[in-house]
Amino acid sequence: MNVLDLLLWGVLPYVTLVILVGGTVWRYRYDQFGWTTRSSQLYESRILRIASPVFHIGILVVLVGHIVGLLIPKTWTQAMGVSQEMYHVMALGLGSVAGVATLGGLALMIYRRRRTGPVFMATTKNDKVMYLVLVSAIVLGLATTLISVTEGEAGGDYRETVSPWFRSLFILQPDIGAMAAAPLSFHLHVLVGLLLFMLWPFTRLVHAFTAPVHYLFRPYIVYRSRGAGRRSSASPRRGWSPVGTPDRERR
Amino acid sequence: MRVMAQVSMVMTLDKCIGCHTCSVTCKQAWTNRAGTEYVWFNNVETRPGQGYPRRYEDQERWRGGWELNKRGRLRLKSGNRLQKLFGIFASPVQPELKDYYEPWTYDYASLVNAPLGDDFPVAKPKSLITGEDTKIEWSANWDDDLGGVTENGHLDPMVEKVRKESEERIAFEFEKTFMFYLPRICEHCLNPSCMASCPSGAIYKRTEDGVVLVDQDRCRGWRQCITGCPYKKIYFNHKSGKAEKCTFCYPRIEAGIPTVCAETCVGRMRYIGIFLYDADRVTEAASAPEQELYEAQLDLMLDPNDPEVIREARKAGIEESWLEAARRSPVYKMAKEWRVALPLHPEYRTMPMVWYVPPLSPIVDLLRDQGHDAEDEGNLFGAIDALRIPVEYLAELFTAGDTELITGVLRKLAAMRSYMRDISLGREARSEIAEEVGMTGSEMYEMYRMMAIAKYQDRYVIPKAHMEDAHNLEEMGCSLDFEGGPGMYQGAFGETSGRPVPVAVENFQALRERQCGERPADDEAMAGRVNLLNWDGNGRPDGLFPDQREGGER
Repeated sequence: MNVLDLLLWGVLPYVTLVILVGGTVWRYRYDQFGWTTRSSQLYESRILRIASPVFHIGILVVLVGHIVGLLIPKTWTQAMGVSQEMYHVMALGLGSVAGVATLGGLALMIYRRRRTGPVFMATTKNDKVMYLVLVSAIVLGLATTLISVTEGEAGGDYRETVSPWFRSLFILQPDIGAMAAAPLSFHLHVLVGLLLFMLWPFTRLVHAFTAPVHYLFRPYIVYRSRGAGRRSSASPRRGWSPVGTPDRERR
Repeated sequence: MRVMAQVSMVMTLDKCIGCHTCSVTCKQAWTNRAGTEYVWFNNVETRPGQGYPRRYEDQERWRGGWELNKRGRLRLKSGNRLQKLFGIFASPVQPELKDYYEPWTYDYASLVNAPLGDDFPVAKPKSLITGEDTKIEWSANWDDDLGGVTENGHLDPMVEKVRKESEERIAFEFEKTFMFYLPRICEHCLNPSCMASCPSGAIYKRTEDGVVLVDQDRCRGWRQCITGCPYKKIYFNHKSGKAEKCTFCYPRIEAGIPTVCAETCVGRMRYIGIFLYDADRVTEAASAPEQELYEAQLDLMLDPNDPEVIREARKAGIEESWLEAARRSPVYKMAKEWRVALPLHPEYRTMPMVWYVPPLSPIVDLLRDQGHDAEDEGNLFGAIDALRIPVEYLAELFTAGDTELITGVLRKLAAMRSYMRDISLGREARSEIAEEVGMTGSEMYEMYRMMAIAKYQDRYVIPKAHMEDAHNLEEMGCSLDFEGGPGMYQGAFGETSGRPVPVAVENFQALRERQCGERPADDEAMAGRVNLLNWDGNGRPDGLFPDQREGGER
């Protein structure tokens, strides 16, 4: 175990966690007004209608896949009678379908973003960096899947390297050795993933944290008293800019 | 019974001259910002016409409002909660910019910067969305005054409906057609489907005055409200990514003054007052069969003179000033007592709270153009029965197609016209005209006064927000009556000591003094100094020039 391994797999994950949690709390407290999907559907909806659901549903499946793969120990699935081959076929089958859907949807959305004038103009630098990292994470993730398909056991079983390391993080006993033993493709995917989580609170991705699941349970009609205070603890900034040219300048 | 107060508006359409002043002042006050260029919280449509956004009333396409499911229970027309949640990735039927219009400006600089030449320079239209040259093809009132109606008139969803039901063509030829203006703001519904559609729960109805607002801090831009609202009066700010809507000018209402659209209405066709309603029965009323919706909605509006209602209202914490305002409410009189104000599209089941007195002018105009006496009640009653097309069209707008109801209202308006002609011409008033439409002569006269010549304080009966809430309403979070407030600069250590006095308080007091006082603006509160900003040019107040008496020499 060298210093680099220690920094990357022992320190960086916690730094990421602090930034992710701290950044999210900070933004939730101070930037309620900026907390939005910043939807561009008003400008263009023909491509979006297909691309967005494909991407979002794809990435939700990917999320579930990651949770199952990382959190459930191999011994548990084996105890349930799921053999290594069965697991792999399932994971790779579902994983690659979801991954391709995610990447395809995202590619279509980025195409739309670039080619539709108003949508491109509404794209900030922040968005561009976020898209770069997001695409890299997804591409690298698909690459690890492909590599494990082509190389079989030689590609390394992430459930004996990455997963134990991931779980060990949460008991504050990071199993650095296990992660260091994983192949390069996993290292890259994890690193880009960590970067994505560090960026997360500061991009439009925050909308995922306020997924409106409570809609299923709340009453249809919402009454609220005039006196109810503001939610954000920051004093309100001016939430608007005048109609005109500065915000319409070509980027 | 759970009594709640609702600020509400009535528009008397006969008095709308279609000048769009309300739209313009509203836009200047609320939506002259980036991201809301295409947004008109208040717009005035010419009907027949497509409206704004185009064909918004076609709910088979836009899926706004509520419908009854098989078991007779309310459900959103755009789907149940799960369907709505799956729609957040790409809202299935949200209007696009082209359904509203692409906002534009003109390249005015080219008018002054163009090089000398033989041609006049032209200010080309530029899109406010892309910044590129654009071709103006539509706007919020493109079909104003029936413009292009011979080409596009059939695209009005209500025209389509009337045609389908009566197999009769609405004639758009100049001599045969009719038109009127329909100003629209948010309806501030009792059963708002935008609110029910909002996944975040950011849209709420204020318990004190029923104004429906979007919490800008809580809105996440899921866009379901835009589909949900059948009147398409929720807009997406494409700059901030949040939904915005008409606020009923709540900061003005709280101060007891009317909305900007009402205040600036040239025709004085808007009335603002409050209703007391039973919040517990709203869902039940909204679930009534279609032809009973109007009655169900009227039933919700409680009689402010009923002791039982007053007792319950007090129990619910409604202030005496609000109860008094409810008793004087012009909207209650027009909607419930005289039953001449009708809700717009009751069939959407949202229980809208902006009411309309339907226009008699289409009938009057057609009568007059045919050379008849358009003030005579017999002619008018006959015409209301005979001119089926305008009546059916109005019925589609205001009574879910019930022509009997709309005929009743039009007959009242016609009766008022004839009844008042006799009085104006010094003849004997014929109370039988009033009785023919189920009113008394004095009621008719009162209705005439309200609809024709009511003064400002009768048209707008708006109780102020409670004083105990004042600190929430005053600018800078500071009420007028805070300790040492209105008396300026009274710290113990000279004029700049003590707590800072909010600017608004100073201005407020000084302005009031200036406006109400008869003396020059130099009273003690000015502490011997003259604030030139507040000087009214009246006389020569002490302190305007350096004191000569003290020096004595000059």
